[in-house]
Amino acid sequence: MLEATDVVVEFGRARAVDGVNLSVAPGEIVALVGESGCGKTTLARTLLGLEKPRSGNVSYEGRPLSYSGRALRAFRRQVQLVLQDPTGSLNPRHTVYEAVAEGPRIHKLPDEEAVVTSALARAGLRPPERFFLRYPHELSGGQRQRVVIAGALALDPKILIADEPVASLDASIRGEILALLLRLRDDLGLGALVVTHDLGLAWNIADRVAVMYLGRIVESGRTEDVLTNPQHPYTQALLSVLPESPERIILTGEPPDPTQIPSGCRFHPRCQLVAAGNGIDACHSTPLPVLPATTDPQVACHVVQALQAASS
Amino acid sequence: MTVVIEAAPARHGLLRYAATKAGGALLSIAMVVVATFFLFRMLPGDPVRALAVGRNMTPEQLDLERARLGLDKSIPEQFLHFVGQTLRFDLGTSYEYKRPVLDLIGERIGPTLLLTGTALVLAVSLGIWQGARAGWKPGSRFDRFSTAISLVLWSVPTFWLGLLLLMVFAAGIGPIPGLFPTRGISSVDAPDGFGYVLDVAQHMVLPCLTLVAVVYAQYLLVMRSSVLDEVEQDYITTARAKGLKDDDIRRRHAVPNALLPTVTLVFMRIGFVVGGAVTVEAIFSWPGLGQLFYEAIRVPDFTLMQGTFLLITVSVILMNTLADVIYHVLDPRVRSV
Repeated sequence: MLEATDVVVEFGRARAVDGVNLSVAPGEIVALVGESGCGKTTLARTLLGLEKPRSGNVSYEGRPLSYSGRALRAFRRQVQLVLQDPTGSLNPRHTVYEAVAEGPRIHKLPDEEAVVTSALARAGLRPPERFFLRYPHELSGGQRQRVVIAGALALDPKILIADEPVASLDASIRGEILALLLRLRDDLGLGALVVTHDLGLAWNIADRVAVMYLGRIVESGRTEDVLTNPQHPYTQALLSVLPESPERIILTGEPPDPTQIPSGCRFHPRCQLVAAGNGIDACHSTPLPVLPATTDPQVACHVVQALQAASS
Repeated sequence: MTVVIEAAPARHGLLRYAATKAGGALLSIAMVVVATFFLFRMLPGDPVRALAVGRNMTPEQLDLERARLGLDKSIPEQFLHFVGQTLRFDLGTSYEYKRPVLDLIGERIGPTLLLTGTALVLAVSLGIWQGARAGWKPGSRFDRFSTAISLVLWSVPTFWLGLLLLMVFAAGIGPIPGLFPTRGISSVDAPDGFGYVLDVAQHMVLPCLTLVAVVYAQYLLVMRSSVLDEVEQDYITTARAKGLKDDDIRRRHAVPNALLPTVTLVFMRIGFVVGGAVTVEAIFSWPGLGQLFYEAIRVPDFTLMQGTFLLITVSVILMNTLADVIYHVLDPRVRSV
């Protein structure tokens, strides 16, 4: 299991990630959703060991990640990355074979060609040999993303971190790539953290959803619970812009700025409850605790918590 | 099988591309031929008078000399004669040396290629090495130092740096003895064989150093900026996430891809190798094409200037064309378009 505990990542004065607990287990797909700039990509990079947290830690199978040498390399085999733009993720001057073989070579896996062949086949590029000598520019966008996924699969990872894996693909190809991720979960028991701004995508493939706002997770839980019965006003606002939603909630106020995190609840300057006068004093004054890494439904909102306390 | 099918049209495309480029190059050369003739006719000075200095010649003798050189004819007539000659690969006879320009160029081209070729190799190696390291960690101490030093040397006038090196390391200043010879390509009493090679190498140190110092910045900066472009690419992140070490990412991904624009630049500069470095050759009395050209301007020796200038420009144009075609071959993305 890959786990982030109280992770804080800073770039200069900006707190891109401001205390996050999140876990991904093999065999489950977790969607991390939020607007651009909310810190979801930084969190993903931190989970991959590409960014070092300012405080808190990332652990794999209970062992905290070390940022040097052999331990990090061993970790890299377990957790692999798929980025948004397959064109940029592939070196334009390397053939498909070289791209997929890179990982096995770094980790000195035996029988490189068999590893590459099987990885391409698992990523749905068949017959694999036909793709060996192709260059990325000779492939379609969907095929390129399959090559990227094959490159990750060649290391037999337990968890895949996919940053907007289908955002740059045509709608018709999206479905295929998502089906591939689901099949990899079912067949290989692969776990995945899918970073996306697209709630529809989360609905289609995720077992769990975590909603991120300004460096914090504000709501998380099983996909059906979060997306059919959203508790946090921010999640409600995100869902309200889907076409099937009866009424749109338009958020007001400035877009969030990670260099100036508001006091109290970090969402209160834009919150529709506060704007409608339904907020409580705590919204302005009391910071919310960081949500724990649990699979149970949870919300970081003073109003919701007050209502829950009153009803129980 | 697919590979074979795709290879055929790709090669066809390359040939057509090369043919287009060659056509463009021919057109440029034609324009250069025209420009060469008129450019030098605009220089002040009368070659006949200049060559007569110190010799007591009557106006009649001067006219005779003018007729011998073909300078008595009208400009259009001279031009047609020049074009006709050039088309037959005849560059004419030097006014001053009274020998075929082609022979003079043949004598001088060796020393020039030796000096500027060596300088090019050194400058390219130095520039690419420093540029790759600087671009990989922009803002680092290495980046700031190497970029600043290269830019200072780039901005320094060539003649000033050359004279400075000449004063300090050849003439010797104060306690520093003259370490290197002041002029020429070899000593009068140079031994044969390996000793001669060493002697030439010693003569080459200062002019070569001057040339490298003033030009390597461009390779450094081009390499630096193209490595910078690569550093931000997703495939670098992907390679890092796979566990590739930083140095290996630079060696296997960033540098080879960043070399493309630099290769183009190098090929363009190879053209200038032939032209040599007029200033450096003049300062160090290096018996190359640059010095030949410099002497020709002083007269002005029209045929010699036209000949050397044509050779220089044509080689620049040819190397530019070659650079385009080579880029095409090196980059698989461009190759199949």
